[in-house]
Amino acid sequence: MNGGLRKKHGFPAGRIVREKPGQHPESAEGLVGPALQRLKGDKLALLGLAVIAVMVAVGFLAPYLAPNDPEKVVLTQKLAPPSAAYPLGTDHLGRCLLSRLIYGTRVSLSTAAIALATIMLISIPVGTAAGYVGGWVDNLIMRIIDVLLAFPGLILALVIAGMLGPGLLNVMIAIASVWWVGYARVIRGIVLSIKEKEFVLAARSSGTSHFGIIVRHILPHVLSPVIVLATLDMGSLILAIAGLSFLGLGAQPPTPEWGAMLNDGRPYMQVAPQLMIYPGLAIMTVVLAFNLLGDGLRDALDPQGTLRR
Amino acid sequence: MVKRYLCKRLLYLLPVMLGVSLITFGLINLAPGDPAEIILRAGGVEPTREAVEALREELGLNDPVYVQYLRWLWNVLHFDLGTSFRTGMPVTQELWARFPATLELTLAAMVVMVLLAVPAGILSALYRHTFIDHFSRICALVGASLPSFWKGLMLIYFLAVVWGIFPVMGRGGLRHLVLPAVTLGFGMAAVYTRILRASMLDVFGQEYIKVARAKGLKERWVIGRHALKNALLPVVTLFGMSLGHLLGGTVIVETIFAWPGVGKFVVEAIFNRDYPVIQGYALFVAIVFVLVNLLVDISYVFLDPRIRLERGAGE
Repeated sequence: MNGGLRKKHGFPAGRIVREKPGQHPESAEGLVGPALQRLKGDKLALLGLAVIAVMVAVGFLAPYLAPNDPEKVVLTQKLAPPSAAYPLGTDHLGRCLLSRLIYGTRVSLSTAAIALATIMLISIPVGTAAGYVGGWVDNLIMRIIDVLLAFPGLILALVIAGMLGPGLLNVMIAIASVWWVGYARVIRGIVLSIKEKEFVLAARSSGTSHFGIIVRHILPHVLSPVIVLATLDMGSLILAIAGLSFLGLGAQPPTPEWGAMLNDGRPYMQVAPQLMIYPGLAIMTVVLAFNLLGDGLRDALDPQGTLRR
Repeated sequence: MVKRYLCKRLLYLLPVMLGVSLITFGLINLAPGDPAEIILRAGGVEPTREAVEALREELGLNDPVYVQYLRWLWNVLHFDLGTSFRTGMPVTQELWARFPATLELTLAAMVVMVLLAVPAGILSALYRHTFIDHFSRICALVGASLPSFWKGLMLIYFLAVVWGIFPVMGRGGLRHLVLPAVTLGFGMAAVYTRILRASMLDVFGQEYIKVARAKGLKERWVIGRHALKNALLPVVTLFGMSLGHLLGGTVIVETIFAWPGVGKFVVEAIFNRDYPVIQGYALFVAIVFVLVNLLVDISYVFLDPRIRLERGAGE
């Protein structure tokens, strides 16, 4: 859940992978089959998955689904009530609210996805290097992580975004430069627990290169816990991006983004509360869906509770 | 042993704070443009080449970076965080003047959090898998998925605008505090409820609870005296963690409710490109965060003798 996502300094409250040896299944393949079976039985997780699938489809198909151009200003139609032409009414500039919400799905989801991909691109190599190489490399990386965790994550992201100036790209940079830390820590822990396992030692003694060992034997084990964490975390990521956009740091007008739309609607609270209500509901739906799926995935992929409190 | 642990914990802070200062110092380099030019523009002066060069020299921006850093660090150690471009006042003074408002809001949010989470957590552990438990789970899930700004605006809309029970914004008496505190505390309460529930269930399985029950103690006594006391321990650690969240949340909540704290101040600074304020705020919050976490760690050692013994044995 979003609130607890950055544990004391960084990661899910109690969702930390404890560095106990022997809790990771020996083969990654043997893990996925039963996990999917378990997931199939979890109705709430499936509901979350379905909602996410619909939202992604809406994002992709936005040009076909939106009844109007989301950025077209029609000043004669401003703050209009719902009608056949504008199913949810219009905003303060006469833009179609429904179309903006639909395009907003695209903006919000893709921003979060890009941010997440960037976080992975940083945290997987860094975490693996720390865990696998060890020694001074590990020490250096861990000290950098300690320093970054001395700041409350959201505040560091805010300050970085604030220094860089408004814009979605800057928000993504700010979020990624703060968020990778928690992942890197978890990944390091997993790598540490696997690298002394027999199958890794066997691979090494049979002459497999370090690169080969990492790619073929270690990364597959890192993947499933990281997928769970990422799914659980997607909600907070979306909330953080929407929050920065709400403050005016993210998407700039006229881009339809949910957080920014909410902020735009604020002055019209009394006359047109729907301008605030709908974007908020959209954010909540997506975040809730990710949280439901994340909880389900965690239970399914991690029955022993390695990732659980 | 406790003393040794504390010494180690304090020593460990030194490199971390040094790193924090490096990051904070480095932040200014993220800003697009020459700081001297920004200062001149902020002061309404046309940034001619000569003027920029003169100011760069005056500010020492032409010195090597490490000289600049050491000078900055020296000033920071003397509580000098520079001057706000906008107000012309020392940043330390500006932040310090607004800190009580933020502290008040954060503490109030913690109260809301505890008032909601403790009863909800206990009840859902006691009545596991009943309606109460399911209801609290749904509340926790939804509560954690609501964006704080939306929660705040909805509270304003319904409780202040439509029904007029609370004031819309600003800081004043207790009535002004309710809506922002609930906005800020509710999301964390959702998380805490689940953690406390898990923690209670964990404690219920312990031997000493069975012993307490076997002794024939009243259920209320068992829960209050034995279970809750132990179940609350992990929650203490979470206070440190939640502080980071609450401080992050104050930025948005203060902006929505026009609450005159440091969070609202920094958002204004961001849009005014008031870089010393942004920098000072980052350092200020990091120090508060680190100190509170230190206190939490220390209190944890004193609260839980098991931890003390384990740590002692491990060393």
